[in-house]
Amino acid sequence: MLSLFKKSRIRGGVHAEEHKAETATLPIASNFPLPKKLYIPLQQHVGKPAEPVIKVGEKVLKGQLLAHSQGLISAPVHAPSSGVILDVNDYPAPHPTALPIRTIVLETDGKEEWMAVHPVDDPFQLTPEDISLRVGAAGIVGLGGATFPTAVKLNMGRENHIDTLIINGAECEPYLSCDDRLMQERAEMIIDGVRLMLYGMETESAVVAIEDNKPQAFLAMQAAAESFAQINVIQIPTRYPMGWDRQLIRFVTGKEVPVGCRSSEIGVTIHNVGTAFAVHNAIRHGQPLLSRVITVAGGAVQRPTNIEVPFGTLISELFSFCGVNTENIARIIMGGPMMGDSLPHSGLPTVKATSGILALTQSELKNTEEQPCIRCAGCVSVCPAGLRPLDMANNIRINQLDTAVDLGLKDCISCGCCSYICPSNIPLVQYFKYASGEIVARQQAQHKSEQTKRLIDARNARMERIAQQQREDELARIAAKAERERLKAEQEALV
Amino acid sequence: MIAHIKPSSGAHVGANISVSRIMRQVMLALLPATAFGLFCFGWPAINLFVITVLSAVVFEALCVRLRGRGVKPAIMDGSAVLTGWLLAMTLPPWAPWWIGVVGSGLAIILGKQVYGGLGQNLFNPAMLARVALLISFPIEMTTWANVSPLFFSHSPGWVESWHITFSGLENSDATTGATTLGFIKTEFSQNHLLPDILKDYSGFLNFIGWTRGSLGETSTLLLGLGGLWLIRQKIIQWQIPVSLLLTVALLAGVFHVMDNQHYVSPLLYLNSGAMMCVAFFIATDYVTSPNTPAGQLVFGAGCGLLIFVIRTWGAYPEGAGFAVLLMNSATPLIDHYIRPRIYGRDRKGKPLEIPKS
Amino acid sequence: MYVLSAIVSLTLLGLFLGLLLGIAAKYLKVESSPIVDELESLLPGSQCGQCGFPGCRPAAEALAEGNAPATMCPPGGSALAEQIAALLGLDLDLSEVKEPELLVARVSESTCTGCTRCFKVCPTDAIVGAPKQIHAVVADACIACKKCVEVCPTECLQMHPVEVTLRNWRWAKPLNVSAQTADARSNAVC
Repeated sequence: MLSLFKKSRIRGGVHAEEHKAETATLPIASNFPLPKKLYIPLQQHVGKPAEPVIKVGEKVLKGQLLAHSQGLISAPVHAPSSGVILDVNDYPAPHPTALPIRTIVLETDGKEEWMAVHPVDDPFQLTPEDISLRVGAAGIVGLGGATFPTAVKLNMGRENHIDTLIINGAECEPYLSCDDRLMQERAEMIIDGVRLMLYGMETESAVVAIEDNKPQAFLAMQAAAESFAQINVIQIPTRYPMGWDRQLIRFVTGKEVPVGCRSSEIGVTIHNVGTAFAVHNAIRHGQPLLSRVITVAGGAVQRPTNIEVPFGTLISELFSFCGVNTENIARIIMGGPMMGDSLPHSGLPTVKATSGILALTQSELKNTEEQPCIRCAGCVSVCPAGLRPLDMANNIRINQLDTAVDLGLKDCISCGCCSYICPSNIPLVQYFKYASGEIVARQQAQHKSEQTKRLIDARNARMERIAQQQREDELARIAAKAERERLKAEQEALV
Repeated sequence: MIAHIKPSSGAHVGANISVSRIMRQVMLALLPATAFGLFCFGWPAINLFVITVLSAVVFEALCVRLRGRGVKPAIMDGSAVLTGWLLAMTLPPWAPWWIGVVGSGLAIILGKQVYGGLGQNLFNPAMLARVALLISFPIEMTTWANVSPLFFSHSPGWVESWHITFSGLENSDATTGATTLGFIKTEFSQNHLLPDILKDYSGFLNFIGWTRGSLGETSTLLLGLGGLWLIRQKIIQWQIPVSLLLTVALLAGVFHVMDNQHYVSPLLYLNSGAMMCVAFFIATDYVTSPNTPAGQLVFGAGCGLLIFVIRTWGAYPEGAGFAVLLMNSATPLIDHYIRPRIYGRDRKGKPLEIPKS
Repeated sequence: MYVLSAIVSLTLLGLFLGLLLGIAAKYLKVESSPIVDELESLLPGSQCGQCGFPGCRPAAEALAEGNAPATMCPPGGSALAEQIAALLGLDLDLSEVKEPELLVARVSESTCTGCTRCFKVCPTDAIVGAPKQIHAVVADACIACKKCVEVCPTECLQMHPVEVTLRNWRWAKPLNVSAQTADARSNAVC
């Protein structure tokens, strides 16, 4: 009876058609040909863009530093293969608009010549600070999609005394199976990465959480973690958005992260399985983050599969490898179909955040014919954050952004559950993204208008000062003239 | 290369659900009870049903046209058909044709379109129309035909039914009577007591719906099953029906135990098609009910309370319409005050405090 | 007698309260309408004149008197309109407000003679340069008042739309598709 009154640990969420089976049963493709050219954006992470350290025409080796990180929150970028730098300039970004982003173009030579690497035999002899430094230097960022620099997170963990490290193997987005395959094929390495992260954060225990629609991955991970008592592998219910860090934290620890706080403040940190694998590579083998596993799937893809792809590979190369019929593509999506963004064309590079590239046909897409809201409250019941999307969207539609903020706009995580469930096909998430952007724009406009006022005041004061100066000069000149005339008169009088 | 250039945000995939599908599911749930009602009350009921639904669609098309919107999508969403259908179900089965037409006009024009169309109305259109009809035409709206099924010898035939629908009932005493609740009310006014009044009452006949009543509201069984199916299909939530029925049963139970000569047993309340229809189909209307589970519980309980009060002490034995309308007007208030708790915040919207470990 | 006392007491009361009002009016007098000052502080203060008033102060006065709508200031856009409406307690229909297209002045380096006229008129000191040297516009400080364009003798100063970049790109408001297509359909029918 008491259990009825206990706080439910999953809230809201949807169960979308998974579409994972086609790719989850195939091994990660190893025969993907090295692209001739790689387009490596300088910002593939949250924070400041990296600053190039190479020159056009320079020959680089695989793993060589191309651009170093700038500032506290940033990440370096390395050469995914050996070759020659062709250009450092603006190229279309993997973004819904394909607006330009500063990009290094690398022409590969096919030799895959590695730079000198420095593997560490016993990383547990290193200091925890050293682990963070090496992870940072390897350019590792959160590979679940957030792309927050991992080293910064490890440091925050050390400072805040983390009780539990959660490793996110939920992979709740439909279609995607890259983490699933990674866990099936490289479980030992992931578990080793988890141990290294625990050591780097000075944390005692870790929980690897895997959705129960991935039994193979669960078994593999469990076997790999068997000899490490501090790592506990658990199965969690399959329900999108289980992989939302805060939902997972609540489910695993029962604790809720207060609004405006980082999870480390309540003693929990969460990392993705792919990140753990990258940490293993960086520490044990001294290899920076150069590639990742990407799911290529969708109705327009003839041979959907997971591929280990060097960063900077154009999506069109993935498509030709997997056999995509471009005429069938209704939409290209980077990421999963729930939270991912559309891409305007396939001539865009893959980056650290790219967990999947989907080429969906029209029949897979949600109908976009918008109808009036019938207040069915489906969006309210699926919202994992406890918002009322219908009321928020109604207010945004009539530009009452302040009311939308009162209703919790800033707590929206854009998970897409509301848009998914809406029987009237209302693009709710886009309303919220629009409103959030508009609020930022208005704040900037306000800031600028204050700035403008200051500038105008400063100019007016300066003009006033100059005018005053001129008046004084004039007076002084008149006075001087009068003085001269007086002296002259006096002299004349004397004469 | 790709036609789709405009940035579009997630979710790119959607659940297999649409407004018209929801409306179709509700109609499907109503179908058994309606079919049974039409069978029980014969051709005049079929005439009335067709006229009401058709005129609802015509009024909807007219309004949408006047507002300069596309007529076809508005009709195709099925909401007008459902409104007409629900209204027809609550009308006396042998009511004249103009009751259906006027009712549909009230429901669609005054109940829905003046507010701005689908999703904008404050009150349940079908209930608004029914209550307006009940107040304006009390005789027509309380003349209940006896059960006279299709193809039975003493039932009106096809030709006769046109007569009933278009020129009204002659010699109505022979073929009509009162509903159970109405009968109880009248008998009370003559100082009779319950055991006496209810000696002819058959729980079983009421359960299957072989009794006088509104066109589609006689069968507790079929409406209840339809409602449960809707819950199972996740078209409606359990909160409103459960809290409504529970409140009525609880109140009726308490009063019945205190004085079983004057207060009807809760079973008689629950064993009524009208109650099932209100609980599962009317009060659960998306547009006019609150949109949080807690709010829905409050709404259902409020409806239950008002239904009991109006039926027990009010002038109208069938008080459900009034109760629902009153609670409809409270819906915005309930939605304003009862909000879900936002993740990481307390009920008042303040960020949670960091727990001390 | 009663009547008399009533008349006297009420008269006295009236006189006393009248006196109080008179004193209050004299000592608690409001010098100028503070709402005008508040409105003026909200307005950009660039005296650009795009609203049709000779400057921000007259515009604020017109707003306070109710002679101008809250949406009168084009550079302020809907954000400013909302603030004004909130201050004056007006109902605001923003659906008709066009967001101003963001413009910024740019110097064409090939034709600039370094005449310094433009940076003398720039109200925000957004143009930098020295005599006989090519001038440049500090885009962040430019308020698109176009004063420099008017005085430039070689037309080398032109207004350009602010370039959309990954930093300032924002999601567009979804169009209400159903209303649109429905309107289009009904137009086709008519």
